[in-house]
Parts: sequence; C-alpha cells; structure tokens
Amino acid sequence: MRYLPLSDADRRQMLGVIGANSIDDLFVNVPAAARLTGNIADLPDHASELSVERQLGAMARKNMAAGDVPFFIGAGAYRHHVPASVDHIIQRGEFLTSYTPYQPEIAQGTLQVLFEFQTQVARLLGCDVANASMYDGSTACWEAIVMARRVTRRGKAILSGGLHPHYVSVAETMAKFTGDVLDTRLPELVAEPDTDSLIGLIDDETSCVVVQYPDILGRIGDLTALAEACHAKKALLIAVVTEPVALGAITSPGEMGADIVVGEGQSIGVGLQFGGPYVGLFACSEKLVRQMPGRLTGETVDAEGKRGFVLTLSTREQHIRREKATSNICTSSVLCALAWTAHMTLLGEKGLRQLAAINHAAACNAADRLSAIAGVELVTPTFFNEFTLKLPKEARPVVRALADQSILGGVSLGRLYPGVDALENGLIVAVTETATKEDVETFAAALQEVLA
Amino acid sequence: MTINQSGWKPTTPEAGETEGTTFTGNRALMLEEPLLFEIGSLDQTGVDFADVPGQTSRLAGLERRKDIGLPGLSEPEAVRHYTRLSRQNYAIDLGLFPLGSCTMKHNPRLNEKVARMPGFADIHPLQPVDTVQGAFELIHKLGEWLVKLTGMHSVAMSPKAGAHGELCGLLAIRSALEARGDKREVILVPESAHGTNPATAAFCGYRVEDIPATAGGRVDLEALKARLGPDVAGVMITNPNTCGLFEPDMIAISEAVHAAGGFVYCDGANFNAIVGRVRPGDLGIDAMHINLHKTFSTPHGGGGPGSGPVVFSEALTPFAPLPFVEKTGEGAYRLVEEENAEDHHASSFGRMVAFHGQMGMFTRALSYILSHGADGLRQVAEDAVLNANYILRSLDDVLDAPFGFSGPCMHEALFSDKGFAEGISTLDLAKALIDEGFHPMTMYFPLVVHGAMLIEPTETESRATLDQFIAALRSVANRAKAGDQSLKAAPIHAPRRRLDETLAARKPMLAYKEPVQAEAAE
Repeated sequence: MRYLPLSDADRRQMLGVIGANSIDDLFVNVPAAARLTGNIADLPDHASELSVERQLGAMARKNMAAGDVPFFIGAGAYRHHVPASVDHIIQRGEFLTSYTPYQPEIAQGTLQVLFEFQTQVARLLGCDVANASMYDGSTACWEAIVMARRVTRRGKAILSGGLHPHYVSVAETMAKFTGDVLDTRLPELVAEPDTDSLIGLIDDETSCVVVQYPDILGRIGDLTALAEACHAKKALLIAVVTEPVALGAITSPGEMGADIVVGEGQSIGVGLQFGGPYVGLFACSEKLVRQMPGRLTGETVDAEGKRGFVLTLSTREQHIRREKATSNICTSSVLCALAWTAHMTLLGEKGLRQLAAINHAAACNAADRLSAIAGVELVTPTFFNEFTLKLPKEARPVVRALADQSILGGVSLGRLYPGVDALENGLIVAVTETATKEDVETFAAALQEVLA
Repeated sequence: MTINQSGWKPTTPEAGETEGTTFTGNRALMLEEPLLFEIGSLDQTGVDFADVPGQTSRLAGLERRKDIGLPGLSEPEAVRHYTRLSRQNYAIDLGLFPLGSCTMKHNPRLNEKVARMPGFADIHPLQPVDTVQGAFELIHKLGEWLVKLTGMHSVAMSPKAGAHGELCGLLAIRSALEARGDKREVILVPESAHGTNPATAAFCGYRVEDIPATAGGRVDLEALKARLGPDVAGVMITNPNTCGLFEPDMIAISEAVHAAGGFVYCDGANFNAIVGRVRPGDLGIDAMHINLHKTFSTPHGGGGPGSGPVVFSEALTPFAPLPFVEKTGEGAYRLVEEENAEDHHASSFGRMVAFHGQMGMFTRALSYILSHGADGLRQVAEDAVLNANYILRSLDDVLDAPFGFSGPCMHEALFSDKGFAEGISTLDLAKALIDEGFHPMTMYFPLVVHGAMLIEPTETESRATLDQFIAALRSVANRAKAGDQSLKAAPIHAPRRRLDETLAARKPMLAYKEPVQAEAAE
C-alpha cells in the first residue's frame, strides 16, 4: 500500500527487537470481546490512485459548480476570484503539513504569517487586536457573545433581526445549555436595518447587542449611535461581518465604536467549498484581549535579540487552564488564515478598494436590471454587493425553477426562514466581480419568464 | 553582537564576532524575511482590475474615508515573501514529526487534488439541494465508513474540529439526560486528559472532577465505580489514553457508568491506533469524535482546519445536531435541518455551525479511506503501533519509560525526564533534537508524568527514518544524563534561538505598529 513504507521483512525484524511474536501481541490489552479478527465486513479493500480519483470525480460531476453557471448566491458565503498564487502558497508542504507552532524556533513561517494575519484583520475590522482565527463566522459570533458575558458579568444578549439566521440558530443551541438569555427577532422586509430600534432594548442586564454589517438582507446602517447607547449602559457592541470585502468600500464597525468585531473570512482567499473549511475572524479592543478566545501570536526576541514570534497569552487557553479556559478551542483554521493573508497581501489597500468598488458597481447594475422586472421590488435601498428583492410570488419555487435552467439565482428567504409568511417572497441576490453582464442578463431574462 | 531587533535588517559583523556571521543576517539558504508591513505599500497590488465606471453609491453615506493600512505586494514579491517564510517551518514533508497525540502522518497529495475538483470546491452551501447531490453523496458515504469503522449507530458530520466534536458529544449527553428529566452536574475526566476535555465540560455547564489513575497509567476502575452516582452525567475517556496505553477495563468502565445512569464519551484523538482492529462501539462508548486531521490524514496546515465528526450510540442518536444528510428511498439525498426536523428528529439539540461542516476535509478523508480500504486501514493501526513499540523498546534502556513495565504501548511511546542530570530538562532535550533535524515530541504532556515526552511516529515512517531518530534521541538523551550544559543553548542551528515567551506575554505585541506609531506610544 502506497502510503505505508514498512515491508513484511521490516515488520518481522521490528517485532524481534520489541520481543513480540506477532502483531497481535501488541494489542494484548484490548479486551478479547472487542478484538476484531479480520477486516471489517462490508467495506471494500484498498484502491489505486486512479480508481479513487474516478470514484470521487463521479460524485463531483453530479454537482452544479458555481463557475459553470450564472451564479448569484451569497447569504454568508461569497464567490470571489482567488489569484492562482494563493493556492500555490498554501500548498507549500512547509505550510500545509506543519502543526500548531508549539516549537517556535522551527515554526517562524506559520507564526509570522499569523502575526501578519492578526494585523490585517485588526486593521480591516477597525480594532486594536485580532486572534489567529476561529472555525468560522458562526462559531466566532457565539464565542463573542460568551466573551461579552465574561467581560460584563451579565447574561442577556440582544440579537438584531439582521443577523444571519444560522448564526442565531448556533447561538440559540448553545444558550440552551449555558443559560445565556437571547433576545432575538426576525428581519422585516423594510428599507432600513433594525440598528437604531435596538437602542431602546438595552438595559442594565444587557451584556451585548449583536448586529450584522452589512446585514442578512444586505442593508447597511451606521452603528455609531448604537455603540454609544451600548456604552452608556456598560454593554458591548458586537458587530458581525460576513462579507469582509465590503470593508474595502465602507467604514469598519470598529471605527464606529464596536467593541468586538467578528466575521466570516471565507470571501477572501478561501473559496466556497460547500460551507467549510472557512476562517472565523475575531477582533476586539486592546483592553479586552485577556478575555479573548483562541490562539494569539505575539512578537518577542530570541536569545540573540533577533525578532521572532510565539504563541502567547496561553494562560487563557484550554491546554494550560483546562476547565477555567476562556474557550475549549484548540485547532482553529490556520491554513485558511494563510490563504486569507496571501490574498489580502496580493490585493493590498489599492486592490481591495478596487475589488470592493467593482462589486458595488456590479451589484447596483444588477439591482436596477432585476427590479425593472414587472412586480419585482428592490427592498434594500442601501447595500454593498448583496441586496434583497421582493418578488410577486413565493421565492423558493422561483429559485428552484431557475436552477432547472442552470441559473443559481440567489437564496430565498423561505429557505432561511421556513414558515415565515411575511418573508416568503424575499430573494437575496449577491453580485460579485465573478458575475458578468451576460450572467445578469441571463438571470434577468429567466426571472422575468419564471414570474410571468 | 549588535542586537538586531527587527530580525532582518543588515547587521555589519563586528570585529571578533564568531565565524559565520553575515552582513545580511542570511545564512545561504536560510533567508531572513521582513514583515509584509515593512516591504509592502498601500499603492502596490498583485491583482489587476479594470477601472470602475462612475456609479451612484448606495452605501448609506458610510463610504470609507480613511486608509485601512493594508500594504500590498506585486505577485512575484508576494510569492517570494510567503515562500521564504514557508522555509522557516518544519513539516511532515521534511521529516519525522513525532508529536504525541497529534498524529502527524503523511498527507497524500491525491487528497489535495480531489478536494480541488470544482464539483466540490466551487459549490455553495445554500445551493438548491438537487444541484449538490454529489456533495451529499460524499458526506453520506464518508459517514457510512465512519459508522462502520467505529461500530456505532450514527454520525454527526458538522463539528469543525476535535474540541468542537467534544462539545457536540457532551451536548447530546446533556440533552439525553434532560429528556428523561435527569439533571446531573458532574463530568469525570482523568488527569491525563487533553485540556480540551475539562474545558469542553465546563463550557457545557458541568463541574469537572478527576478520575484517579492506577500505577500502570490506566483509569482506576474501583475508584471510578466508587465515585459514580446520580450526580454524574458521564465520563470523558481517551482510549487509547494519552499515556499511549489501551484501557483494558474499558468495557467494565462503560458498564459501570451505564449502570449508574451516565454516558461514556470517548476522546477519539487516538483512534489511529485501533482503526480496523477495534470498534469503539464494542467497548460500550456512547459518543466519540474522530479527528479527520489525525487518523484520516487531512493536513494540519499549521493549526487547522480540522474536522471532528462525532459517532453516536443508539441511545444518543435522537439528540444529534442539525443539519445532517439522509438518503431517501429513491436513492437521492436530502438535508435534514430546522424546517423538516420536527416530524423526524424532534429531539435534536440543534445547530452548532452555520453550514454542513468541513466539506474540504470530508473530500480528503474519503480519498484517504478509499485509498486504504478496510485492509489498509487495519494495516495503518498495526504499523502505527509497531513503530511506537519499536521506539519504546529501542530507547527504554536510555530513557525512563514510566509504564514500560506494564506491557506494549499503542501508537505512542511515553518517557519521563527521570535520570537527567540536575538542571537539564525535557525542554533542553527537545531543543537539542531540533538541532539534530527532527521536530521534537510532545513535551510535558500528559501532566501525570514528570517531564513527559510523548512520541508518536505514525505508520507513514520507514524503518530507516525511525532508526535515525532513535540514534539521534539516544545521543541527546545521553547528553542530558551526562549533564552536558551546551543543551541549554539549543537550538543553535534553527532559524531562531530560544524565544523569550515571558516577554511576549508580559508586553503583548499582537499586531504590527509602524515605527512612528510605536515610538509615539512609548
């Protein structure tokens, strides 16, 4: 078998060194009742590389790949062009096949990348510091709520209706067990995000208010007043960014006073990948850093005074603090963080701003074209690269019908909020630089036909 | 020597300095590399975009006005920057990486190739389900393999890593107990457990109590039985355990826990040692996470992404999380999530992650599993255990093996610092191994052994590599016993000498600050 270097002669000789008669002697501590004597039944034996590639290729071909069709899906995961060199960099064996940098003298590559990542993330989100990544945006969002509880010693979180419903769902699952109180609401098909309406709900029990920016429907709202209101009640403002490319065009949440900014980093460098692996972004102000979850890389010097980087503030973490840790997280998403950083470095400030401008322009054009269809209304007057349409009928079957014409035409609110009648005509449409004018035209023509 | 704070700037060698100092700080192929922020600029980019025509802004008056501060590099500069950094890393592609409990095995490149097929890499998690039937087929097929290999009843695929899997398992246990109106407060965890175990239990609201160990490094069955009672929700046991030993009383432990009304969670980090030879389901386990990035060869990537599917017993299956993939009678696949769970999976504890889990890791893991097949996976466990015992018995004359007397180990060999000369530590030995060209073993874990050194070679190492490693470790062990003080200076040949971790924690510098800013802040 191609991944196993030992020969039968090696095995015999090594058993001799060990002083064992057979391999079974090494499994002697397994209770007899649990020892399998042969291969597990009903499973195939080993296969060649060619055979495995064929089997998996057959499965892959049953899927409609985004790059093959007009594609307008967002709602928490966005399709952007990733430069070829990003994938080359993450496939360097020294990055791909290294471990968490526990021995910093021979892991400076990963550690310096993480220091660059932390700096880029902190600057993009408008915060002092960022950690070395979380699993994804949804788990980062829950960790932020828990962190706000630790900081404020209060247990009630107010969640905006504009927060991604899956993120709300993750928080609800966890809160059932932790006893945190979540004050949640549904979005409404109106022009403005609910940012300012949350202000009146903040009280002395409130640990944090959680808003998404831009929100699930694509809307953008100024967070300044909400941040001030939170601070007046000694609560924290948590902002969630699911499309970080937007921050190339609009003011960051940190700059508007958010205390913790978390995000889904997938749209930069990582690709769609059917939902994972992604990369959770987590940033906050310097004074909160000791309450942060996850790994942190810090600058230091070596015994010769040369600059170097190490994992630091580990006394927050599970391998030191065990049951008193700020989080149970261990493995995070470092390779995706590398992809993020490599892509961001290739973009730079200039490229990110251009990319954001192109996305916004493409989305504005598409919004105009689609809302010109009879009966279709643009719900969201403000947006970045994603907006919500109200169709004259239920959107879910429309998405289905479009897929039959090989058009992936957005996400129906019925899929995200099943059973909510007031939302069922809503359709979230994302338009990035990967959608051509022809794609928009094909989509518009098909939508018109399906609605007719 | 001039203190070169920034690490990369040219430092003119001073008179009398040691041979080998260079003007640049580089040493031939070992190249110093500045931070992106020191070489990039806000005007530089490695991506070409067409100009954007004038456009009415719909950005709510929130247009970005200030610079973000993100320097860019051209493509050749970026490729060189990250390639140079990569060369400062040790990696499994370069050599043996014997971190105990971490299972650093070869990562087959076929896995990378198939994961990049557009039909897997370029699909959106919210596409209509009939446009992603192949993806669901893959998830379902991998799930079937995991269920059969473990002899369990069902699997939850969505947990993002091992610790997330632990969370999944404990939430299912708590849900099952609450469903029968049983509010228990304590989870028992052996002292030798991974730190994630107690951290996870605490995160779920449980009080954590230690399970005592025997002199042989196993769970003390009688002490465990004495502690079990109506307040104990369950136990979290790693098997094979973190001392590299199989728990011979595992079936009796499970029976005792079940008899007391609790559940058995198994930390499956060490499943590599038994895959194909032992099924956890036959040991009475109720839930176990599987680290696809350990046993099933998906790359660690410097600290993730991982993937931590959890297999469940029949008793816990109704409480497993959403969403999951189900095969319909017609051979199609459907997604069970909040909207259709009620008639079908009403007891689920809910969603623990936004989408379907780590698809990119599923593809790689299935590629690995199909490559090995049932026969190959059994051989994986056998060779992993053989290699570990070969290391144990090749070194137990020079290093103290605290549990060596109690028979063979499983996939990892544990040694202590007993016998080292005064003032020489496990850390010193580990750093000396770096100079010898090997990544050190896991140090100071498990906590139950003084100066622990936990060595997991995995099955993908040849005998020649093992022999080189054994010879190198024997050499540094002898130096440690002889009190060779030069060990305190190791490593001397790595890209960096020992790094000041105390300074890093006392004055945290977690993001780059431009020199002007840094001075102003002081």
